Parts: sequence; C-alpha cells; structure tokens
Amino acid sequence: MSILINKDTKVLVQGLTGKTGTFHTEQALAYHGTQMVGGIHPKKGGENWSGAKGETLPIFSSVAEGKERTGATASVVYVPPAGAAAAIIEAIEAEMELIVCITEGIPVMDMVKVKARLDRSKSRLIGPNCPGLVTPDECKIGIMPGSIFRKGSVGVVSRSGTLTYEAVFQTTNEGLGQTTAVGIGGDPVKGTEFIDILEMFLADDETKSIIMIGEIGGSAEEDAAQFLKDEAKRGRKKPMAGFIAGRTAPAGRTMGHAGAVISGGKGGAEDKISAMEEAGIRVSPSPARLGQTLVEALKG
Amino acid sequence: MNIHEYQAKQVLKSYGAPVAEGVAILKVEEAEAAAKQLPGPLYVVKSQIHAGGRGKGKFKELSPEAKGGVRLAKSIEEVVSHSKDMLGNTLVTAQTGDAGKQVNRLYIEDGADIDRELYLSILVDRAVGRVAFVVSTEGGMDIEAVAHDTPEKIVTVAIDPEAGVTTADVSKINAALKLDGEAAKDGEKLFPILYKAFTEKDMALLEVNPLIVMENGRLRVLDAKVSFDGNALFRHDDIKELRDETEEDAKEIEASKWDLAYVALDGNIGCMVNGAGLAMATMDIIKLYGKEPANFCDVGGGAGKDKVAAAFKIITADPKVEGILVNIFGGIMKCDVIAEGVVAAVQEVGLKVPLVVRLEGTNVELGKKILNESGLAITAADDLDDAAKKIVAAVNG
Repeated sequence: MSILINKDTKVLVQGLTGKTGTFHTEQALAYHGTQMVGGIHPKKGGENWSGAKGETLPIFSSVAEGKERTGATASVVYVPPAGAAAAIIEAIEAEMELIVCITEGIPVMDMVKVKARLDRSKSRLIGPNCPGLVTPDECKIGIMPGSIFRKGSVGVVSRSGTLTYEAVFQTTNEGLGQTTAVGIGGDPVKGTEFIDILEMFLADDETKSIIMIGEIGGSAEEDAAQFLKDEAKRGRKKPMAGFIAGRTAPAGRTMGHAGAVISGGKGGAEDKISAMEEAGIRVSPSPARLGQTLVEALKG
Repeated sequence: MNIHEYQAKQVLKSYGAPVAEGVAILKVEEAEAAAKQLPGPLYVVKSQIHAGGRGKGKFKELSPEAKGGVRLAKSIEEVVSHSKDMLGNTLVTAQTGDAGKQVNRLYIEDGADIDRELYLSILVDRAVGRVAFVVSTEGGMDIEAVAHDTPEKIVTVAIDPEAGVTTADVSKINAALKLDGEAAKDGEKLFPILYKAFTEKDMALLEVNPLIVMENGRLRVLDAKVSFDGNALFRHDDIKELRDETEEDAKEIEASKWDLAYVALDGNIGCMVNGAGLAMATMDIIKLYGKEPANFCDVGGGAGKDKVAAAFKIITADPKVEGILVNIFGGIMKCDVIAEGVVAAVQEVGLKVPLVVRLEGTNVELGKKILNESGLAITAADDLDDAAKKIVAAVNG
C-alpha cells in the first residue's frame, strides 16, 4: 500500500492554464499515466487545455463542478501567491479530500485564515510551498522529478523539496525504493505536519522504514519525536533515518523557506537532532548519507 | 522586512495606539528644534538602527564608560549633546555583531514617568497556526532570558481569526499583565488595536518591550519593533516605502533585485544551490568538513540562465570568498540551465578561486557536457559529500 495517493487517484489542477501548471501537468500525465482529469479556471469553463504533446484535458469553471463531473478526489494548486489562499478555500468548500498546494510565497496571514477553515473541514491540505507527493509507478502530484523514484518500502517525509529528492534518489540507489514520498512544505503555517504523515506511514504495512527530513524553525520535529516515542511505547515502531538542515544557520535570519528561521532562541537544529535521536531516529550528519544511514538503521 | 522604531510607532499611532510624541532627525543641527516641539522636561534620545539591545550597546568611537544608544535627557542642551555623541558613530549591541552599525538617525521622544515595565508581542504561533499575543510582567529586559529562566512568567493567548480579539482574550491578557483600573481599560482598547495593525499590515512580528504603565496609571507603547511578512509586501505599497536599504547588506539588496534567497555569512566558501533545504544542508556539510560558508543562496526552482549568472556574480564579488561550491539537484531546475548560467558568468567576470560543481537530476548529462566543453577550470563532483570534500581541499590548498 501507499499513503494518500495511488493509481486510482483522480486529480484536478487549479492553475492549469499557467506556465507552471501546464508543464507539471504534462509531466504528471507522462508519469505512469497519473490520472489528471481536468483543470479549473473561472472564465474558461467548457474550454479544453492542450499540452505540448497533444494531451487534452477539460477545463471547469469551479472545483465543485470539476469534482462533480470527473469524480476527482484530489486537487493540486499552482495558482500564484495572491490568489492561492482563495483557491485552497474553494477546494475546501468543494469538500475535496486531498488538496496539494505547490505555490511558494503565500502571505502567512492568508494561511492563518485557510487553517481556520481547514480545521472545520474534512479536507487534508499538503503544503503550501511544497514539492507535492509521489507514489512510485502510480501517481505523481506536484513538481518532483519522476525519474528518481522506484517502487519500494521507504516512506519519505520532508519539509524541503530538494532534500526530498536527495532522500528518494539515495534510497533508490540503495535498492530500497519508496512507498510514498511527501513534501509537507517550508512555510510556517501549513496543512499537514510530520505527525500526520508519520501516523500514516506507521499504519501502512508496506512501509518498512521511514526517512524524515526537517529543518530549523518551529517545533514540528520535536513534536514528531514525542509522537514517535509515545507510539513506540504502544508497540508501533519502524526503523528511521533523519536529517535536519540548518545547523550552521544564524539566528534571526530567514533561510529561503519562510518557516526556516530560528527566533526567540527556539527552532535551532541541535534541539531537533537530540529530540529525534532520543526517539530512536538515526540522524545523519550529512545529507549525502541518508540512504546509507537508513540501511544501517535497518540492520539494527 | 524590518523598519525603524520611529516608523513602527507611526504605524501603530495611525491605528490609535498610545505612543509618545517624537521627532526623527538626521543631523545634529535638527536636535534643538526637534526637542522644542516636545512638551519636556524629560526627553529620550534613541538611536535608530535595525537591531535590538541599543540601550546596553556601546559606541565604538566613544570611551567604554560613555552611555549607550538610548539616553535620557533632562534639558534641550542635553538632547543636543547626546545627539552629537551618537549621530554618525558606530553602535555595537548584542545583535549587531562586532562590526556594529552606524547611527544615521535619531528619534527624540517625550519622556515618561514609568511605574511598571511589561512585555507584549504579537506573532504567528506556528504550532496552532494562529496569531498569538505573548505577554509577560517582566518587561524591559531580554525576553529570551525570561523565557529561559522563568518560563511561567510568559503567557501566550492565541486568537481565533474568525472571532478576533474577544473580551475573554482581553481579560486573559490583562490578568497576565496584572493590569487594573485605568490601565486595564486602556488594555481593552489597545490589544484589539495592535491585533488589527498586525493582521491588516501583514506583520511578522510586533514587539512592544516595554509596554509601560505610567505613574498616572495609563498604558503607553514605549518601544516598538515591527517586521513585515516579505511575501505580503505586494499588497502594502505604504509599507514598502519604509524600507531603509542602508540598514541592509549590499549583496543581499542586489540578490533581492533578482528575487534570489541570499543571506550573507562570515565564512569563505561561497555556495549556489537550488532549494532552501539543500542550500542549508550544503552550508552544513561545508562546516562538517571544517570550513565555513560565506553565504546562503537558493536560486529557486524556476531560475533562468540570467538569474543563475547574477547569483554567481554576487558570490564571486564577495572578497571573502576563497572557493565556490555549486550544488544542484534538478527537479524543475534543469542542470543545463545552471551550467549555461555559470559559464556565462565566468566568461564575463572571470574566475579567480576554485570552483566545484555537483549536478544531479533533470538534464544532468547535458549540464555536465556544457561545463566540460567550456574549457573552464571547473572540478566536477559525484555527490554532495564528494563536492564538499573537494572544495574544502581546494581552499585549504
């Protein structure tokens, strides 16, 4: 099994008609036939979208209409920052099960509003400011390069896009492959935290081990470590490797990701690393040895 | 984006928050006229730099016994003499680093008779995804020290975005700050005002340290530190105008023109990376092999050749840089675009230091070919580990 998405997942694209949405929809369609079933544009409903290789998809004027007509359960948001929060809220109101927001640069205050709306809904939001998620050979939502994946047994969860690629690439090279890789995003206020994904990986029989990649800022890694400790006491535990980016980052400076900032003496790398190690995660000092570290963890 | 104290107070005043009267000046000659506009007889002369700890800071050019960057004055003559002492000199505080910051602007403010000093800040509490007030009776000092030594003295009140600041929230804050009488009534007005300013202007941090209870029992915002969410500036032209580029690193200003995520650091290995996480990890691995990074630089996912070349030029222009590591894991970013950008930049500005390039992902073979055929002295690396080892070895000679 995978988590969240599989070969049957039907996906709508919010922001399909833009350059980014178009490029990544072409890539998704080319990736083992991910079921991209339509796009949303308030003024272009009824028209068709065409890709570079002659692919076509219907465009609907609202998420609700698109869902109704296609049976889609997921939507991916490529809408630019100023309109992205409204796009997410539209998907929540259409009761979309899974919403994946790739957009980087959404104002935090907009996300505070989204989060309040999300908490009263049944939707799950991944992101924003994330690379999306992939279940190898089945479904690719977002912007990750499909070529580095291999079907297998490792669950990958990460706050960073390119470090997700490192983890995927290295576990592919080790011959382990992945069940699902999820980028939860680099913003301070987001839809899904480590704990949510770790819970799914622990519950998934095919996921035999987990890689978790965090970075400075906030306390999501510490929260996840506490969760893992509590679960281990209840007998649920899987071998894990981890990495925290930003050991050398200065306090008070935002390091690219809006959420990657050490503030008020909190959110530093060392606290996260020790919390993760206490929870039994093997934390690699080098991002180049994630795969190797996981192999060692599997040997016990 | 950070702004000065006097600007922060203007923003808060426009929302109706109680702040002291004050005048910002750039020249000593303006000090007397500024002070005359204020009621007196007590004045405060405050250095305007983008760093905290000003009161305890020291001026490089003055004797170690001289007073700090925030000074009381009991006459107009004293305002003028303090202004002479401070303007143009370099203030070193716990937050400026050893180099300090030149004081180009002073804020002359009406003094207040202080009964109690409190702490109040508003920020986004990421654990709950809500705007929250963080308050403490221990104002006027380093709040990180209070959090460390006496965490029970800090109270957090998260606000429901759909309800705003409720009377229950106000009561909690008033109780936490031990406010009663006139001060509690002032609080009822002030807390919703500050929340409104924070949310409407897309602030990232609003810190009032201290918030004071005056001897007449009223509240006043005595100091104010405000920073804004850079991602929301597109909808605040008024706030964008408050930016003071003289407070920022020249390399960071140039980088921001290209929409590059760049942070200047103290080491001597320059880095150019795609992705914030990988960029931080690249800094970390340089340190792991014994050297320090000169910068954080994320060129982002959608960068074209020109942007890559601009980033490369900013890095090579830094005189501290003794070697450069380019680390790319192409997802959206195509390796050939990176290679073309690097080659173009080197052809334009030359290359005086060792350069190690690690490429992986989309169009990797094409990227490597472009670098190989360029005839430039570029060392290729197989993976991130290999890349870090090679650049550290090259710089160590």
